[in-house]
Amino acid sequence: MAGQSDPHLSLFSPSEVEFVAEDEIVEIVPNIRMEALNMICGDFGPFFPQIASKVPLWLAVALKRRGKCTIRPPEWMTVERLTQVLDAERESPREFQPLPFHYIEISKLLFDHARDDISDAYLVRSLIEDIRDVRFHKVETGLETISGRTHAVKLKNLSAMEVNIVRPFMVRTLQAFYKHDSPQMIQQADNTGSSRSTPVTDRGPRRDLRHR
Amino acid sequence: MSSWDDEDTASAAATTDVELLKRAWRNEKAAPEILRFDSPLVSRAREQIQLLEETLEDFTDNGVDDLVVSLYQMDLDRALFLLRSYLRLRLQKIEKYMIHISKSDDLMSRLSLQEQRFAKSCTEIMEKHLEQSVLSKLPYGYDSVTRQSLSSTEDDMVPEPQLDTFVFCKTKSDVGAFQLDDIGEEIVDLVADDLYVLRYKSIKGLVENGRIDLI
Repeated sequence: MAGQSDPHLSLFSPSEVEFVAEDEIVEIVPNIRMEALNMICGDFGPFFPQIASKVPLWLAVALKRRGKCTIRPPEWMTVERLTQVLDAERESPREFQPLPFHYIEISKLLFDHARDDISDAYLVRSLIEDIRDVRFHKVETGLETISGRTHAVKLKNLSAMEVNIVRPFMVRTLQAFYKHDSPQMIQQADNTGSSRSTPVTDRGPRRDLRHR
Repeated sequence: MSSWDDEDTASAAATTDVELLKRAWRNEKAAPEILRFDSPLVSRAREQIQLLEETLEDFTDNGVDDLVVSLYQMDLDRALFLLRSYLRLRLQKIEKYMIHISKSDDLMSRLSLQEQRFAKSCTEIMEKHLEQSVLSKLPYGYDSVTRQSLSSTEDDMVPEPQLDTFVFCKTKSDVGAFQLDDIGEEIVDLVADDLYVLRYKSIKGLVENGRIDLI
């Protein structure tokens, strides 16, 4: 149902992340003639057989499922590019390589619905899985370095699905450190009992900016 | 480097109302407190949805190709999902923090007229319920909806959103050096397309004026 993922941790459900990714633009080669589509989400087409056209992923998948087009996999989804990314990913233990924000969802949708349009599909898939693994490992080691002095974590190039998966761990960890490090928390330990209320007013901790 | 990032081009061309609605939906989902309701945007989206619903009826009457109809139907469903999810999300937040919201004019002003009505009646019903079922049976001094006892100095029984929670955010353009605390000891340099995990409270302003997106 709409809007039903746990609002408390403000988590997006995986299908909601996929929903967002479905708006990414891909190139298709239709095999039918169709007039331009003037949709709420934008204008696409007109479509002519064998002439490439740009449409959102959901539209591409819908046409593909009805056998009306082939999908051109995005340029980053090739063995050559992905091998480069994987190598670079392994070489830089603290950085994430730039990949499309929705690379996991896009590749999953294409594998599910347009496998025959991807050259070396098997290899491409395993490369993407390897890249995911390497990146997740980095996220995990990154989590270990969070401490009471962490007030900002930079995760440049982390993708949407990766964000969604680490969110609960990351937020709870930072939250816990932040809470126990707050001056009021320390103060409260001194005068337990005298005040039952938990003050939520400005508790800005003062700490250095080091952690990245 | 950014040529790889489809998000870049997508956000640059983010002029359609669904795109804007999607942004509002994501921000609303990720923000701990209720954000300002974008009435013009929602009414524009509603109009477009209605228009498409009418067009679809005409299509079926005029025998337009099933394929085309089904594609428009999908487009409609996607827009409807976003709108519904956005509105429900806000109702959930309002239900959760109704007393807190009703107490503040600033928070109340962020709601649409319908939401304000909902918040008010919800609060009334909840107060009445608590009064009848529990509070009326408690001794004097312990019978307030908002306070634990007479000795409480503030409303300590009202659920409030936790504004110092951490959120994931992405910058749209260069913000530059940004101060996270009050005294300037915590400064981050926010460059376009950076992804950070920061305290919501410190970047609240940037979310409100649309310079940063929550994800």
